[in-house]
Amino acid sequence: MRKITALTLVLLLLLSSFAGCGGGGAETENIIKIGVFEPVTGENGGGGFQEVLGIRYANTVYPTVDIGGETYTVQLVEVDNKSDKTEAVTAAQRLISEGVSAVIGSYGSGVSIAAGAIFAEAQVPAVGASCTNPQVTAGNDFYFRVCFLDPFQGTVMANYAFQNGAQTAAVITQLGDDYSSGLGSYFVQAFNDLAGEGAVVSEQQFQTNQTDFKAILTNIKAEEPDVIFAPSSITTAPLIIKQARELGITCPIMGGDTWENATIIENAGADAEGIVLSTFFDEAEPATDEAASFITGFKPYLAENGQDEIIPAVSALGYDAYITVLEAIRQAGSADSTAIRDALAGVSIEGVTGAISFDENGDANKDMAFIKTVENGQFRFLMNVSVE
Amino acid sequence: MSGVTLLQHGLTGISLGGAYALIAIGYTMVYGILRLINFAHGDIFMMAGYFMIFAVASMPWFLAIPLVMCLTVLLGVAIERVAYKPLRSAPRMSIMISAIGVSYLLQNLATYLFTALPRGYPDIPFLKKILHIGDLSASLVTIVTPFLTILLTLLLIALINHTKLGMAMRAVSKDYETSQLMGIRINKVISATFAIGSLLAFVGSVLYFTDRMTVFPFSGTLPGLKCFVAAVLGGIGSIPGAVIGGFILGIGETALVALGYSTFSDAFTFAILIVMLLFRPTGLFGEKVTDKV
Amino acid sequence: MKTLDKKTNYILSAVFAGLVVAILVFMDSDRAAYSYPLAILQRSAIYAVVAVAMNLLTGFTGLFSLGQAGFMAIGAYTVAILTIPVAQRPAVYYINGIAEPLAEASAPLWAALILGGLLAAFMGFLIGYPVLRLKSDYLAIATLGFSEIIRAFIAAPMLDKVTNGSYGLKSIPGFPSTLMVFLVAALCIFLMILVIRSSYGRAFKAIREDEIAAESMGINLFKHKQMAFVISCFFTGISGGMLAVFMRSIDSKTFQIGLTYDILLIVVLGGIGSITGSILGSFLMTAGREWLRFFDDPLVIGGFSVPLFRSGFRMVIFSLILMTVVLYYRKGLLGNREFSWNGIYAFLQRLVQKGKHKKGGKEAKSHD
Repeated sequence: MRKITALTLVLLLLLSSFAGCGGGGAETENIIKIGVFEPVTGENGGGGFQEVLGIRYANTVYPTVDIGGETYTVQLVEVDNKSDKTEAVTAAQRLISEGVSAVIGSYGSGVSIAAGAIFAEAQVPAVGASCTNPQVTAGNDFYFRVCFLDPFQGTVMANYAFQNGAQTAAVITQLGDDYSSGLGSYFVQAFNDLAGEGAVVSEQQFQTNQTDFKAILTNIKAEEPDVIFAPSSITTAPLIIKQARELGITCPIMGGDTWENATIIENAGADAEGIVLSTFFDEAEPATDEAASFITGFKPYLAENGQDEIIPAVSALGYDAYITVLEAIRQAGSADSTAIRDALAGVSIEGVTGAISFDENGDANKDMAFIKTVENGQFRFLMNVSVE
Repeated sequence: MSGVTLLQHGLTGISLGGAYALIAIGYTMVYGILRLINFAHGDIFMMAGYFMIFAVASMPWFLAIPLVMCLTVLLGVAIERVAYKPLRSAPRMSIMISAIGVSYLLQNLATYLFTALPRGYPDIPFLKKILHIGDLSASLVTIVTPFLTILLTLLLIALINHTKLGMAMRAVSKDYETSQLMGIRINKVISATFAIGSLLAFVGSVLYFTDRMTVFPFSGTLPGLKCFVAAVLGGIGSIPGAVIGGFILGIGETALVALGYSTFSDAFTFAILIVMLLFRPTGLFGEKVTDKV
Repeated sequence: MKTLDKKTNYILSAVFAGLVVAILVFMDSDRAAYSYPLAILQRSAIYAVVAVAMNLLTGFTGLFSLGQAGFMAIGAYTVAILTIPVAQRPAVYYINGIAEPLAEASAPLWAALILGGLLAAFMGFLIGYPVLRLKSDYLAIATLGFSEIIRAFIAAPMLDKVTNGSYGLKSIPGFPSTLMVFLVAALCIFLMILVIRSSYGRAFKAIREDEIAAESMGINLFKHKQMAFVISCFFTGISGGMLAVFMRSIDSKTFQIGLTYDILLIVVLGGIGSITGSILGSFLMTAGREWLRFFDDPLVIGGFSVPLFRSGFRMVIFSLILMTVVLYYRKGLLGNREFSWNGIYAFLQRLVQKGKHKKGGKEAKSHD
């Protein structure tokens, strides 16, 4: 009996290795597949899911695309890259096997970098929604993105801090994290340029999964900076904020785009008041017509999916990435992925987060960031900052 | 480094050490009796954190605390019954692998049930009160932790030295088979050991998470490993040893971070372990054991 | 019971090998269509190498080491640093720049792999001195600790110019073909089999069975343990290098404790002390994880959505299966036996006989 159970187990598992091969068989005509490469679990699972929601919503608004006079139905193929580079590689291969014509994603630059080589090799264009690290598109002809980059974001935050009277700053970054370390070091460069060498009085690092920041915060407290810049995931941000306040650090704490997430307000509570962050989008000031209709349509959609009715910027970017891909398919007039890539390079479109077109690296030509703060438990728009 | 900063670091280190110590006791007790590194202990600690979140959401904290305490103890005992008891006669490696398996299962279960997103740990009002002493500021829990740890340790030592159950535990850890022959109900003693270990893990989790505010499925992994190291450092099987080991690690780790070597704060734990094993394999307070062949 | 003769054995093995090669070549010819199964197969082959290397220690020498992730990291970083095209290095080390001597250093893949293995082996040699004197569980926790220390060094800002610290390494050229992955893996495993079958291998097994008896028979305990450890580290390093080439980009987070646990579970699933078991185990684990993915998607049957099926369920099922194996099939798939055509043949024969027996029973009854 045992043997037979064991054998069945083996057979089942063996079959599984071939299950992948048979999967993509039933293809009807006039379907075009777009891959959604996002984390739904893992460290960035929460943010990734919000991005997926934006993409799904865009798919309900524009379910079809016309290619050469024929109407194609867009089918989203979603895979979970689990915010993990190892998983990301397999997940990306899976999308290629499914025969997607283009890919959207991912939240989190690390996984995008990991999958970039695979997409490029398979010659499938990918459009990143919110991955801000320069390495995502650098040296990769098939990766595009609709958001701004970390060097820009770091400079924006440094400018904002300096203009608001900060003479010294402290920076906290996460070891082993491209996003956090990259953004942090761009901020350090920019701030030192503005306020003079040595203006960044303390640079502290913490480990992935660390939850106790008291020691590094004590060090920072001793240096008495005017502002703290702590780009980090939404997992760690509330901890840093709360523990800083607990230690009696009163200076403003700033973060990057990831911080625009209701989880932070929820977890940090009253301590979240006054934090400053830069982001891609503000629902109070729709920049385009597309934005206006997106805001009215997406709020009920968020409620349907059991989310807070604050539109996360990543959802807007996910939406933008989707319509950008759709426009490229339309212009390419074909479902062929290389044709779509070529079209993407020249695409120009009014998105929710502003006008989108790509430079020679495949990065969006965006020169404006929205600075927001938290007031009375809500994100509030402070100002636009643009840098030459 | 100014005096205040130094004091603040000291406070952080001692508080962290206290929480480590409580978890380390669980390791040391189980290892003392079963010769098993209970890899799942850190995850029991994590689950206790989650239980607390849900309990506090639906009832006042003074009811939630005893309820969660019972749940955690139940979980600990259940794990022993399901995953370790059937392997009692198996080679040590099998039990260890089973322990790793349980830890893996609990982490995946937590990811599934509660998602990977961190959840805010409920504020227990009196623990969360923030005190300012001059430039020094800390929440009450930071200050309470070391005292509570020492109190619980003293109670536990009393239990082991002066009760029948304690005597049985000592007997079982000295010689497993003989004590069985002498009529000690081994399974009961082992369950009691796991119950006490889990109970202390619960107290540790309240202190640790109140201070660190969020729980996520992997919250228990690294603290778990570190506390095992603390137990080895103090001499496995020795309860005062585990407590002192916990404090040494907590303070040492904080000191490293304070000096700007955050990268090595985890590595430090393991480096200390290896150095210790080389020069004094029985730990600071461990008894000399002769290995049975 | 009848057994197969040697010739049939060889023929079956040759046919099997030929079949594998043919399938791989066929799938490789249309990479786009088969990229997902190919990725699974490649990863399985790479895990097979490290699983066998772990088995060499755990199953054949009785040393329970949990340092695999760290040694893989050494191999991976060596291979990555040496094979990233020189022209792309400034782009990879875009924040801190690259250390002078490394900027131009490059090696072909095979040399990089061997060097990665050698470095891992050297590190194993150094680490072996203190830790191999420890007993079972202490050894496990000490090696696990070493693996974390190695990871900490890789992520350390002080080594940014070498390992690129937090930013990881990317632009690692991939394998030209899946067949090559399999050939390298097969070569590594073959070499390990040679070791196990040599007189050293027999000494390892003697140590596993009884250290004191082995010592009294004149086996130098420490020397042999050290040897098994170093050899295992060498191949672990190579598989780490292969993983880097497979993944195309690595960082320190790739080599966390979880990776070691994965390998351990493969070894347990396949059977501690069985090489073919470890190979089989790595294919099953890697494929099984992917196959179980449907548990993660919401399941709707007749308009009713089954509540259990949502993200994360797969890993729960997966860990339950593993616990079942650990608790009830403690020997894993193959125990400490090896896969053989004879075994399969005997198994089939028994099945047939059982079938006959049952039928016979029924017939006997009907005669009444």
